[in-house]
Amino acid sequence: MASAIFYLLGFTALAATALCITRRNPVHAVVYLVNALFALALMFYQLGAPLVAAWEVIIYAGAVMVLFLFIIMMLELTPTGAEMQGPGWRRWGPVLLLSLVILGCTLALLGIDADKDGVPAFWVSPREFGAALFDQYALAVQVVSFQLLYAAVGAFYVGKGTLRRRPQGGEAP
Amino acid sequence: MIVPMSHILAFSGALFVMGLACVLAQRNLIMILIGVEIMLNAVGLTLVGASALWQKVDGQIFVIFLMAMTSAEVSISLAMVVYLRRRKGTLEADAFDGMKG
Repeated sequence: MASAIFYLLGFTALAATALCITRRNPVHAVVYLVNALFALALMFYQLGAPLVAAWEVIIYAGAVMVLFLFIIMMLELTPTGAEMQGPGWRRWGPVLLLSLVILGCTLALLGIDADKDGVPAFWVSPREFGAALFDQYALAVQVVSFQLLYAAVGAFYVGKGTLRRRPQGGEAP
Repeated sequence: MIVPMSHILAFSGALFVMGLACVLAQRNLIMILIGVEIMLNAVGLTLVGASALWQKVDGQIFVIFLMAMTSAEVSISLAMVVYLRRRKGTLEADAFDGMKG
């Protein structure tokens, strides 16, 4: 039962990724990628990594993909007008199907009897995870925090440079 | 392990190849970044599978570092996307060939 759900989630992730990489509209690609990330998060949960699954949803689907959507919509990359004319089910059907499969898998995972199925041979609770992270890898956590700081400063610098250069007509031909 | 490690490797390999195809085939900078995200996620699936295979927590911890690296990379890259869009007015990758010999 559990392995069947795992394979179903795997094929859902593959289908969502295949739909994602063939889109021309970046907004549609991001929506399909969010579906693939949800399926991957459930696969992480089944492999005994609940904290990684939660962070997959929070960081990737919640923060990174919203950043992508924000930039796409800020730059007005999506073609409007004639794009919106097609039949509705062709646009909404695949993403609705994928979402329903993922929702059904989530509900099925809630009902699995772990002792009878013998699934969690390996399971890391958030307590063990945090103990290992801040005990053995404390220096790496510091380095990663510095890396995030550099990224924020760098993003601010690049964005500020455009704002300063723009009124002088500095656009290259 | 609920599934054999070889199946996990096959899944993540297929995901990685899809991301690579997206990076190589698409011409939009945003779609290229999305392909990089797909490849990093495939690597994360491999790491969590290896962590479950060897019954150690280190693989999952490395996934957390991978996520932090991805967040930094995405923030920098999207700032550069905005900068390049303002500079050239397009996001097609072929427009940015200024370093071609």
